[in-house]
Amino acid sequence: MAADLAVTRAALPGPHPTSLVEQTLAVARRAVLRTTRQRALIIFPMIFPLILFAINGSALSSATLIPGFPTHNYRDFLIAMPFIQGAMFVSITAGVDLAKDIESGFLNRLAMTPVRGEALLVGQLGGALVLGVIQAIVYLLVGLATGVTLRSGIPGALVLLALSVVIAFAFASLGVLLALRFGTGEAVQGVFPLLFVTLFLSSSSLPRNLIKTTWFRDVATYNPVSYLLEGLRSLVITGWDGQALALAFGFALAILVIALGLSQSAMKSRLTRT
Amino acid sequence: MNRFVNVARAVAWRSIHNTLVNPAILVPSIIFPLFFLVAFAGGLSRISEVPNFHYPPGYTAFQFVFVFLQSAAFGGVFTGFAVARDFDSGFARRLLLSAPRRSGIIAGYAIGALLRWALTGTVVTVAALIAGMNVDGNGVQLIGLIGLGIAMNLVAALWAVGLAMFLRTEQAGALIQMPVFVLLFLAPVYVPITLLTGWIHDVANLNPVTPVLEAGRGLLAGSPVKVAIAFVGLAISAAVLAAFARRGLAAAERAG
Repeated sequence: MAADLAVTRAALPGPHPTSLVEQTLAVARRAVLRTTRQRALIIFPMIFPLILFAINGSALSSATLIPGFPTHNYRDFLIAMPFIQGAMFVSITAGVDLAKDIESGFLNRLAMTPVRGEALLVGQLGGALVLGVIQAIVYLLVGLATGVTLRSGIPGALVLLALSVVIAFAFASLGVLLALRFGTGEAVQGVFPLLFVTLFLSSSSLPRNLIKTTWFRDVATYNPVSYLLEGLRSLVITGWDGQALALAFGFALAILVIALGLSQSAMKSRLTRT
Repeated sequence: MNRFVNVARAVAWRSIHNTLVNPAILVPSIIFPLFFLVAFAGGLSRISEVPNFHYPPGYTAFQFVFVFLQSAAFGGVFTGFAVARDFDSGFARRLLLSAPRRSGIIAGYAIGALLRWALTGTVVTVAALIAGMNVDGNGVQLIGLIGLGIAMNLVAALWAVGLAMFLRTEQAGALIQMPVFVLLFLAPVYVPITLLTGWIHDVANLNPVTPVLEAGRGLLAGSPVKVAIAFVGLAISAAVLAAFARRGLAAAERAG
C-alpha cells in the first residue's frame, strides 16, 4: 500500500496529493481486507463468547431465583456479556495487526510516504470497525434466536448495535495504543488477560446490588466495564433507561478519546523514531 | 528403565525450569485460577441463597474445588503449549534424535505439568484459605481431593502433549485447550447438578468431569460421594490418553 500511495502522490500535482480522508480510507481499506481475509480472526473471537453465553446462560439460570433479580430469563441479563467479550477480542485483533506492521517494518516504510499519522491511526481501526459490526449483528441475532427479548423494541436493537460498535471501537483503540507503545504482537496479547479481568470484576454475572461481597461490589462500581454492560443490558431488560445509556456511551467515548489521544502521541513518537 | 528415567527427569527438569524462569509462562498460570476464584467465589456468592442450594462449607469452598481442579487441568494444557512451542523452535526434533528412550519424553512433560500445577494448586489453596474457606473434610479426604487433582492434571497433560505431538505447531493451542475448557464448564460449576435445568442438566449428567467435581466437593465437605466413580473414570481416561500420547509421539517420530 505504501507503493500505491507513493504512485498516487507522483501522479497528482501539488505538495499534498491526497487529502486526510483519502489517506484514511486507503489505510482503512487495507485494514478491512486484512481482517476479512483472516477468517480465523473473525470466527474464533466470535464463537468463544457465544459458547460462554450458551453455557452460562443455562448454568446460571437459577440466579434468577435470587430475590430482587431484575428478570426471569438469565439470558436477557447475560446477553450484554458477549458484546463486551467480542469487543475485547477486537482490541487484540487491532493491536496485533498494527504490531505486525511495526515488526515487519511496514510502518517504517509508510513513514517515508506523505501519509499522515492521524490517517494511519484511524485507518488501522477500519478492520476493527468491520469486525465490531459483524460481531454485534451476530450476537444480537443469536440472542433473539435463543429467547432474549428486547424491552426497547426495534429502535432499542439499533441503539444496542450502535453502542456495541462504539464499545468495540473504543477497545480497538486501546489495542492500537498497546501496539504503538510496546511494538510487538506478543506484548499486546500478553496484556489481553488484564482486559478480561476487568470483565470478571464487573457486574457481568450479577447486578451490582446483588453482589454480596462488599469489596467485589465496590470494585464493580468503580469499574467502567460495569457501566458498558449495564447500558447494553438496560435496552434488553428495562427498555429505555437514559442514565444507563448516557453512562455507557459516555464511558465508551471517554475510553475512545483517551486511547486515541494517547495513540496519536505514541504514533508521532514512533514515526519520528523511524 | 534407567534410560527412560533419565529422559523423563531431564525433560521434566527443563519443563519446570522454563516455567520458573519465564514470568510470561509462570504468571498467567497462577493468576488465571486466582481470578476465577475471586470472580466466582466473590462475585457470585449470592448464588448460595438460591432455594435448595445446600453445601455446608459455603460458596467459597464450593467454587474452590472447581478452580482447584480447573487449575490442575490447565496445568496439563499449558504443558501441551510448551510441547508445541518446542516443535516450532526445533528443540523437540533435536530431543527426539538424542533421547535413548523416547517414551520418557511424554513422562517428562507429564511430570513437568504436575510440578507446575503443584505451585499453582498451592497458591490457589492458600488464597482460598485466606479468603475464609471452610474445610470440613478430614486429612484422608483432603488427600483424596489432592489425588483427584493429580489425576486430572495427568489426564489433561496426556491429552495436551499427545495432541501437540500430532500437530507440532503452536497454532494448535486453541484446539488443545478448547475441549478441556468446554468440558470443565459443562460440569455443574456454579450450582449443584440438582439445580441445573434444561439441556445443561442433561449434558452435565453425561459429562465425565461432573463426578470428579462432585467427588471433590464431597471430600472437602467431609461427606464423600462418587469418589470411586471419579477415580475409575480418571484412570480409564489416563489409560486411553496415554495410548493417544504414545501415538502422537510415534507420529512425531515418523515426521522426523
